[in-house]
Formats: sequence, C-alpha cells, structure tokens
Amino acid sequence: MMPQTQPPLLDVHALSVRYPDSAAPAVDAISFSVAAGETLAIVGGSGSGKSVTARALMRLDPDAGYGGAIRFSGDDVLGMSARQLCALRGGGIGMVFQEPLSALNPVMSVGAQLAEALVLQRGLSGKAAQAEMASLLQRVGLDDAQRMLASFPHQLSGGQRQRVLIAIALAGSPKLLVADEPTTALDAHLRLQVLVLLKSLARESGMGLLLISHDLPLVRDFADRVAVMHEGRIVETGETASLFGAPKHDYTRALLAARSARLAAPLPQDRAVLLQARGLHCRYRRSRGWFRAAEHFDALKPTDFELARGETLGIVGASGSGKTTLGLAVLRLLREAKGDVDFHAGSGAVAFSRLAGPSLRRMRRHLQVVLQDPFASLSPRLTIGDVVGEGLRVHQPELDPVERRRRVIAALAEVGLGAEVADRYPHAFSGGQRQRVAIARALIVSPDVLVLDEPTSALDAHVAVQVLGLLAELQRRRGIGYLLITHDLAVVRALAHRVMVLKSGEVVEQGTVDAVFAEPAHPYTRSLISAAALP
Amino acid sequence: MKPILEPALEGVLPSPGPDAPDLPLSPWRRAWRRFRMQKLGYFSLVTLSVLFVLSLGAELLSNDKPLVVRYHDAWYFPMVQTYPETEFGGDFPTPTDYLDPYIRDRLNSDGNWALFAPNRYAANTINYFAPSPNPAPPSRANWLGTDDRGRDVLARLIYGFRISLLFGLALTVIGCALGIVAGAIQGYFAGKIDLVAQRVIEVWSSMPELYLLLIFASMFEPSLLILLVLLSVFGWMGLADYVRAEFLRNRNLEYVLAARALGLSDWQIIWRHLLPNSLTAVIAFLPFRMSGAVLALTSFDFLGLGVPASTPSLGELLAQGKANLDAWWISLPTFAVLVGMLLLLVFIGEALRAALDPRADA
Repeated sequence: MMPQTQPPLLDVHALSVRYPDSAAPAVDAISFSVAAGETLAIVGGSGSGKSVTARALMRLDPDAGYGGAIRFSGDDVLGMSARQLCALRGGGIGMVFQEPLSALNPVMSVGAQLAEALVLQRGLSGKAAQAEMASLLQRVGLDDAQRMLASFPHQLSGGQRQRVLIAIALAGSPKLLVADEPTTALDAHLRLQVLVLLKSLARESGMGLLLISHDLPLVRDFADRVAVMHEGRIVETGETASLFGAPKHDYTRALLAARSARLAAPLPQDRAVLLQARGLHCRYRRSRGWFRAAEHFDALKPTDFELARGETLGIVGASGSGKTTLGLAVLRLLREAKGDVDFHAGSGAVAFSRLAGPSLRRMRRHLQVVLQDPFASLSPRLTIGDVVGEGLRVHQPELDPVERRRRVIAALAEVGLGAEVADRYPHAFSGGQRQRVAIARALIVSPDVLVLDEPTSALDAHVAVQVLGLLAELQRRRGIGYLLITHDLAVVRALAHRVMVLKSGEVVEQGTVDAVFAEPAHPYTRSLISAAALP
Repeated sequence: MKPILEPALEGVLPSPGPDAPDLPLSPWRRAWRRFRMQKLGYFSLVTLSVLFVLSLGAELLSNDKPLVVRYHDAWYFPMVQTYPETEFGGDFPTPTDYLDPYIRDRLNSDGNWALFAPNRYAANTINYFAPSPNPAPPSRANWLGTDDRGRDVLARLIYGFRISLLFGLALTVIGCALGIVAGAIQGYFAGKIDLVAQRVIEVWSSMPELYLLLIFASMFEPSLLILLVLLSVFGWMGLADYVRAEFLRNRNLEYVLAARALGLSDWQIIWRHLLPNSLTAVIAFLPFRMSGAVLALTSFDFLGLGVPASTPSLGELLAQGKANLDAWWISLPTFAVLVGMLLLLVFIGEALRAALDPRADA
C-alpha cells in the first residue's frame, strides 16, 4: 500500500447539472477535488453555477439531472440510495447557508434546532446532547451557552446566527464543510471573523472546506486553492498565490481588477456649491404604551455637508449607520427628517427643505436617486420606455409622445442601451442592465444632484465596475454632483472625491478619499478599511 | 476569444438580455397566455361567455310575441310595439295574446305569417291554453313543463340565468370598486388613516348582515336594486383587506421610492405604479366572488326575501321545486343550470389562479 496516493476527500469529475426546464446545463462538465484539511474556494458571479455545484454535492435538488461523477471518501454520491444520502447529508458533508435568518427556523429555539441535528446525526439525547451542544457553541465562539440555547433566531445578531448555523453544520462531525456564501449577508468586519472561524475549525479537525463566494479578493487569505467559475464552467483553477499573482483567464483578471479600479472623473475648475445641508437629522419616536414617555431613536444626528458641481461625496458606514437615512433625508423622502437643505440652482439658493406640495414636486427634478436593488426599483408592469419616460410625463407634460420617445431613446443610449429595449419589460433584463435603466430614468430630467444608494451592491463585481465607469463618465460629461452611499470602500475609492464616515448616525471622519484611505484618523475608519481587504 | 469584460465605458454596448423573448410581452399578456394553456378554464370561459351573450338576447330566444308578423301585406313588430287584438281580427282592443289559438289561426291564413322565437313563452307568460293542470309536465308545447302558476320553466330558466349573471357581475364590479378604493387608501396612506379605517371595517363587518337584510326586506318593496345595494354595502371588506395588504407591501418597494423622488403625486403613484402591481389577487378572486354573488341572490330568492315573484329567478324556481316535489321538471333543470354556472365560474377561477401564480413568472 502506497502512502502518498491516498484519494482526495471529495473528487468531482466532469460533473454536469441540468434542470428540466432549461436547455443549457447549469453546470457544465466541471472537475475539482478537495483533500482532507484543505480549503478550496469556488468563486464566480451570480448565475455562474457555483451554488448549484454546492447543492449537487449532496444532491439537494430532487429534479435536477446529473452527469459525470462525484466521489466522496471513495463512495459514488450520484449512485447513492435515499438512505445513504441521508447519512451523507450532515454526517459526511455539512453545509452552511448564505442567509442565516432564513436558514434557521424562526419558531424553534437555537437549542432545539441544534438538538435536532444531534439526534439525527449522532443519536445523542439528554445529558450527553446538552454537553455536546455547549461544546459545539464553544467551538464556534459563542460563550454563555445556556442563554444562547434558549434564544430564538430573531434575538441573535447576524454574526451570532451565522455561528449557530456553523455549529449545526458541525453537529454531525462532517469530514467536509460546504460554506455557500457564508458571509454575504454580514457586515465587513463580521465577514472576516466568520471566515477566520471557518478556517480554524477546518484546520483543528482536519476537515475539508469548500468555500463558495462571489468575492475573489475576500478568499485570498483563506483558500489553499481557488477555482473561478463563469457560466457553468471552471475557467481557471490554481494555487491561491499563483492565481492571484498571475491570473491567466480574462474573467479572473476582470474580477481582480474590479475592486482596485479608480474611475473618479477629474474635478471641474469652478467648484460651485450645489447642495448644502445644515443640521440635517432624523429622529424616530417609539411609543412605549399610553402612559409612558415615548423613546427616541436618532437614526441620523445633526450633520452638515456640502456638495459641489461635478463632485462625488462618498458616505460610508456599516448597516444601520444612518447612511441611507441621510440620502433619503436629502431627497425629502422621509417625513421624520429635519434640518436645512439648500439647493443652489442657476439663479440662487432654494431652501429645498422648506418646499411643500407642488413646488416641492417641481423641484424634485433637480435631485434624483438611483437605488440599490435593480429588481425592486423598476415596476414590473411598465415597459422600460414607460419607466424612463415617466419623469418627462411629470415635469414636461407638454411634450408629445414622439418627442418623449425620442428623448427616452436618447437617455437609454446615454447609459449604453439600444432603442429596442424601450418596448420590453424589466423581467427580460439582467441586474446590470436594469441598473442602467434606473440611471436613465434619473438622467432624463437632467438632475443636478444624483443620490446613489448602494448602486452596485446587488451586482457582480465585473458588472459593478462597468456601472461605476458609466457613472464617472456621466459625471464628467454633465457635471452632476453625486452623493454616493455605500458600505463598500472599494466603491468609494473607485468613484468618490471626498468621503464621510458614518457610525451610529454620527459623522466620525471626513476628508478627501486619498487622505482618509492613506491615514484614517478614527479607529472605526481603520477597522472598516482593514476589514474591506482592499487589494 | 471574445473579451468578457469590456473597458469601463467604451464597451458598455447593450448585450441582448440573456433570456429576452422575441416579443415584448407585458406581464398581463403573459398571464393571459398561461390562462389560455389551462384547457378546462379557457373552455369554461368561452362557454360561459357564449351562454351569457346568448342570454342577453333572451327576448329573441324565448318570447310570447312573434319577432315579425306579416299580416294583410303590412309588417308588424310585436316585440317593440304593442298591437291591440283588433289589429289581427280579434274582438277586443286589448294587447294581443299570440298564444290564443284564434289569433294564431289568423296569423297563419291567407298568406299571413309570423316568425316566432324558438321557445314561444316569455318569463311571465301564462299559457291559458295548456292542456293539463299546473304544474304541467314537459310536453311539445312546454319543453320543460310549467311551474305551479302555469309559466314555462324553460323561459324562466333562460331569463333567470341572465338575471343571475347580470346581478353577479354588477355585485362583483361594485364590490371590487369599493374594495379596491378602500384598500388602496388604507394601504397607501397607512398610519392613522389605516388604523381608523381598520376599526371602522371591524365594526361594520360585525353587523349581522342577514338580519339587516331581513329587516330591510320587510321595510322596502323587495327589488333587485335594494338587494344589490344591501349586498354591496357589506360585500367589499374582504377584498379591501387583500388590496390593503398588497399596497402595504408594494409601497415599500424601491420603484415607489423612485417615483416619489421623480416628483409624482400620490394619486399618480397609486394609479400608475401600485394599482397594476396589486391587482393579481383581485383578478384571481373575480370568478369566485361572482359565484358567491350568484349564490347569494339564489339563496335570498329561495327564502322569498329577494326579487319580487314576477321576476324570473333560479332561487324562486328552486323554492317551487321544493314546494312541488313531484314536479321533478322544475327542480332538476334548475339545479342543473345552477350547478353548471357555478362550476364554469369555479373552473375559470382555478385557471386564473394558476395563470396569475407569481411563481409561474420565474
């Protein structure tokens, strides 16, 4: 017996996955292997087939058709009976899902869900199960096991939930842990903590780890090897160091370049102030019953800032830091927001925050918004032409349909879409194309200020960089002032001239992008920058 | 090979949508296409529509007056004009009874002729010349027999079917209009308006509908209009809840925020954005609401609280069938018409529900 030729833990050979209602296979003849104790990262954009691959390893999709071979510890997974599969799922391979809130059952306590896994996988119950649960929680870094076991999912934070999911996946002592986008729903610094935890768990118990992610730079410090997937195929695979050092495939290069791009348009000569906010704040009143004083919650503490023509002000912060509140407050889309916003039109300052009714609606033309979710921001029952032309209907009702259509097509052309899309409905378009439509909808009324609320966070990295490039080009051409709201420091660095860091509704640091990124003064900024793992 | 990533801006040419269909179909058109693929539901819709259109022309199908009369080289149109019997050689200046064998004889002699409807009775025609006592079993004269007052059962079924469907349609339309308006206002404005309106609805819906109807039926002369008003007043609340929930969900979506940022007024947002996106549930409910309305009218008529006795109605026929159990020709055909109509509506509803299933759009 030769010691060196031990078979890998997981060996996937020419695997194809095909769904009954689609012609093209979701996964097309991919091969990879994971050895015990090794971490393989599969990286790709949405629709690249990476999650399908993860689910195929345990045959989780009952109606999918499989081809090729999956060998786990030498056993043929595709030939397994239903009983063998049950033993494989959880016992041989553990799985951590993307969205911890929906992967946990909201009406069962953490203890009950963990016990369920222990009973199923190991037949433990009673005292032994209690002890094992406590030790599992300990391993995933959750102290105070008693309180944790009695808690329900909604009482935990996002990071705690993800740790609980990992504990459940570990309950059957799997030999391979599959983590499908385990950190996508988490804030940047929680992201690193969870990855560090996964890596250390894999190392201490000799587990194989299969890490599925859309974020190539993120996996750099954690994976031994990386496989890049694109349109159902593995386009490049290699040792982490060599893949990052000398990427061979165009797609890999695009993914790597996406997060290091600097696209900001040069600032114009005349730096006329466009927008001025003074003491902008937002306070929510939370009633605590009839006889007790109401509580107050400051979503945004009084904030001052200015925005010049042709300039981008980046507003960064973790979720819940009040950055979206700030954007909506500037746009007068929040009733609770107070404070002054002056808009400097050609003729002089307009107190935008004092307007109401029709005069406010007329003024809205000058301040437009591009929102985060390109799937929710277009009404599914209007054609693209109707969506884009809506601003004209409201602000220039005198235009006849022919002229309106001409302008719609011009606006679509400006964002790089052809005239033929005007008669289609949003469902026919990809996320990046929809985001272009959303930009065209804002552009058609010739705004002076554009609030970009997480404009690229729902897009794949290489699509995001195209959209950011488009935004920079539009700014250079039209001199629009951008208020760029994002949690992603790479986006700020790509597009912004100045940056403002928000934490719990308060500005903790502001300055030019170069200065803040080179020498962050506030510890919170420093932690954000280090967590972002910018290339 | 083709580069996967174009340079930042120069290459942002439109790539055709990955699954863009050749024809730009609106979501409604796609739902219609899915509906048409539901064979049973589509067939039911066609059948019901044909029957409904036919019943709208009931006067041409079942009438005691001839459509056209040629009498002594003059044209007569008894359907639109009432002629005294003296016109056709009768003795009295009363409106002509065209079932009278004497008149019939006159109309068929000397090159005169009359074109009758296929069934020679209107809803309230009493055949005074029937050979057997009422209720009379089916015969060559009365194809489905007569009821206990001597009126032709087939004629009453045809007219009753029409009234049932028209009433169901009217009640559904009114109920939907009220429900959509109420639900839209609550859902869109939410907050205090919603809170108050919800309490009003709770109070309103706890009123004992049946007793109110009984009381009103004894206060007013019973008529279709009173029944329509009373049932409408109570019939909109369930639908309002659905529309409200849809609006509450949709008003938080980003396209509404974008529309507000564009400067659309509240009514424009409701009309252009929220309403089209909130109507799937309403439409899927339409056939079921209609069958409910038909059934409500039938029940009230059965209890004698609905339309006056002269109005042809399925409920009244059922009541007669119950009173004359041996006259199977009253109860069985009525039962068949009612079951057929309700079944068609339910099949349409099932197919609509399947066609509008949001999961089918994936």
